[in-house]
Amino acid sequence: MSPDAGKGETLIEARDVSFHYGAGLPEVVRGASLALQRGTLAALIGANGSGKSSLVRLLCGLREPTSGEVLFGGERLSAIEPRARARRIAYVPQTTSTVFPLTALEVVLTGRSPYTTRFRFESARDVEVARAALESVDAAHLAFRSVTELSGGERQLVSLARAVAQEPEFLLLDEPSSALDLKHRAALVRHLRRLREERDLTALVVTHDLQLIDPAFDFVFAMRGGTVAASGTPAEVLRDEVLAEVYSDSHVRARRAFGRTFVWTE
Amino acid sequence: MLRVQTQGTDQAAANPRSAIRDPRSRGLLRSLALLAAVLVVVTFVALRVGFAPIDFGALWDDESARTLFFRLRLPRVVLAGAVGASLAAVGAALQALFRNPLAEPLTLGVSGGGALGASLAIALGAGARVGGVPVVFVAAFAGAGAAVLVVYRLARTGAVVMPGALLLAGVVLNFIAASFVVLVQYFSDYSRALQILRWTIGSLDVVGFDLLWRMALFLIPGWLVLALSARDLHLLSIDEETAASLGVNVRRSERLVYVAASLIVGVTVAVGGTIGFVGLIVPHAVRLLFGEDVRVVLPCSFLLGASFLMLADAVARTALGTGEIPVGAITALAGGPVFLWLLRRQQRLATM
Repeated sequence: MSPDAGKGETLIEARDVSFHYGAGLPEVVRGASLALQRGTLAALIGANGSGKSSLVRLLCGLREPTSGEVLFGGERLSAIEPRARARRIAYVPQTTSTVFPLTALEVVLTGRSPYTTRFRFESARDVEVARAALESVDAAHLAFRSVTELSGGERQLVSLARAVAQEPEFLLLDEPSSALDLKHRAALVRHLRRLREERDLTALVVTHDLQLIDPAFDFVFAMRGGTVAASGTPAEVLRDEVLAEVYSDSHVRARRAFGRTFVWTE
Repeated sequence: MLRVQTQGTDQAAANPRSAIRDPRSRGLLRSLALLAAVLVVVTFVALRVGFAPIDFGALWDDESARTLFFRLRLPRVVLAGAVGASLAAVGAALQALFRNPLAEPLTLGVSGGGALGASLAIALGAGARVGGVPVVFVAAFAGAGAAVLVVYRLARTGAVVMPGALLLAGVVLNFIAASFVVLVQYFSDYSRALQILRWTIGSLDVVGFDLLWRMALFLIPGWLVLALSARDLHLLSIDEETAASLGVNVRRSERLVYVAASLIVGVTVAVGGTIGFVGLIVPHAVRLLFGEDVRVVLPCSFLLGASFLMLADAVARTALGTGEIPVGAITALAGGPVFLWLLRRQQRLATM
């Protein structure tokens, strides 16, 4: 299987990247490679501790690989100035640590900060973009609620809206669906597909929610032990023998029915 | 279900805290104008009251009133304002940086470290100056900087700063520093021990503007760095990884704020002793009044902090009639309960 997704121009590419969080600490990413074409929606799956979150941090430039390199639009990602990078790549972490009771709209507005200068506040247009972003993830009603009062799922929606307000080319989501209910999971996927149609968005979504993948995503990368162990279309990856290897569990089953793939363990 | 949603929207529309509908810069200007007006009033009151109340009209023809005013009263009020503004701004910055509403120079042990540095300098021969800057300033800066480094190293495990560990480390550091100050005092000769004692009590007693100019060498760069960091601090106050993904150079911002905080706290401690809780109460009041945006909280804390300490110092000078109460005692009496209340509220939130 080639690690290339879709066709056309490669937007982001990791070449044999390795990473550890400090000297003496174990390598969490070990020679991982992947490439993503512009306009692709890809899922990143793998067992707990397989290096998904760390790889995502390398792909959005939060961390630099200890060896190997990440290319974004053909340029070395580490060579792109952080604010210029923030206008092109948005990242939604698994959880956020906000303790101050900012309103959801204030948080979403921070997504506009890569576009404003140091001593400028956001413009009226920025506020409009932020409101539209909240609306687009179905969270307009949260705009003036304080984020410290929101549930985990609502916070994730606000975080997602913040990333949407960044108007990125490439969106990285680290387990966005983990705290979302059924309805909002489906809405998330619909929303990603719409952004892809409208803005040619490219997205990589870390998920444990394997039911979500087919047919919503175009491509799947599966990590195991810090490397990309398998990749391909959902139909290629969501198969018993591939998943058995990825999760080191021979009881995983995947079946296609009703135009989607169902995954469970025996 | 749909009805639940529309109810939510109605609530949002009725929420008075929707300052965002205005351009935010106008909101900041309005807040600053209000606080500047408060500052002007407080300045007049602080200049007026004291052991010898000053009649502004007499300044034109009374030589001794003029001396009292320009050599003692005015420098003291300016010093109180500068120290209050500095401590409040540092408090607001540290709270944003550590995402902890209980962080401030005193609770993080930065004041303690500065006090240790300053008392060592006094014990070893205080008066010395290098290039017009008292050695005490530099020693206090070094002490405060060392405290920041230690607290941060202790509290930071891996990628996150643990809020509880941060405060505990700060408290313990304060203890250690205070013990060392006592030791330094014990081993100093009589006159220097007395000097240290007088200084640890803390006072904003100052004669003339000489000292203020020298403080400005430290304070103004510190203030400027904080002002430059306001946007990054706003993003950091939400979440460290999010801030980094939005283009904030987290390591650089942290270092800048540490250096600025150490400069500012070191010098204020060296001059006025440890004046606690200004950095806690003032930013908190500002947040209640004007919202959570650090780009608003920081400059507003600066102005309100000046008013607050001028007023506290005016109380310190006048409450007893003759003599004065250490101003640090007054800020601690006002701020301690606020700290406890915030702690309780935070714990309630954490268990929710």
